[in-house]
Amino acid sequence: MLSTRWSRWDPVSGFRNEVDRLFTGFLADPAEAFARNGGYPALNVWEDAESVHIEAEVPGLKMSDLEVVVDDNDLTIRGKRVAAGDKNVSFHRQERGVGAFTRTVRLPIAIDADHVDAKLTHGVLSIKLAKAPEARPRRIEVKAAD
Amino acid sequence: MSTQTAIDKTTATNEVRAERTRNCATYQPAVDIIESPDELTLFADMPGLRPEDVDIHFENGMLTIHGTVAERQPQQTRFLRREYGVGDFERSFRIGETIDAEKISAEYVDGVLKLHLPKVAAARPRKIEVKGS
Repeated sequence: MLSTRWSRWDPVSGFRNEVDRLFTGFLADPAEAFARNGGYPALNVWEDAESVHIEAEVPGLKMSDLEVVVDDNDLTIRGKRVAAGDKNVSFHRQERGVGAFTRTVRLPIAIDADHVDAKLTHGVLSIKLAKAPEARPRRIEVKAAD
Repeated sequence: MSTQTAIDKTTATNEVRAERTRNCATYQPAVDIIESPDELTLFADMPGLRPEDVDIHFENGMLTIHGTVAERQPQQTRFLRREYGVGDFERSFRIGETIDAEKISAEYVDGVLKLHLPKVAAARPRKIEVKGS
């Protein structure tokens, strides 16, 4: 199985996620719109005014090993990692997971599927999804009454 | 349990080098170690580094790999989901005498550190010719 490094420094958040999981349906946090079961790769997701950003650590993969698909508001990441060395080598230690993976998450914010940008730098996959115009914050001009 | 490995992991608490004072989380990278007749090859998952941020230190038979990871998001980032932490990587291994420390070499590709630990000539398997009388 592929594994990932989970956040160790924030047990409170982990506990909160666990508690949130128990109360699915009661909490309306946008983050809870995501598929809840973990999976590989682990994702960090954040937003700014214009975009939703998704980042995953996928060491050992090249862009050609990865497939990123946006369908409506679902984002799917697929890929496969092969073992180091061939079958006949002798392993002293084998901790790095191998195999195929698929992960789909539902984005909590409407995005514009025509403006998705993915890049892979030293094993870190960064996906930037432009928010749909209606999901961006708008500045409302306040006019002074005469 | 008869296999004797040339490398033994030592736990972080047995770390002999000075502790680092940088205030951030440190993670142990997952590794594969493969043995061939000529060398041990170590693969470590250390995504998000630049090659110049990798520090490989060998002293008194202790191999330490360390990667300094720069923060990728500003502190005030509004995370919608945070499933992993970002921090430095560090792990130490005790290396047997069969490794030729002078010839250790490393490369960093696609977020994976690959370390070549060549065996000293005497430790390589040799085929002994048996001569007839």
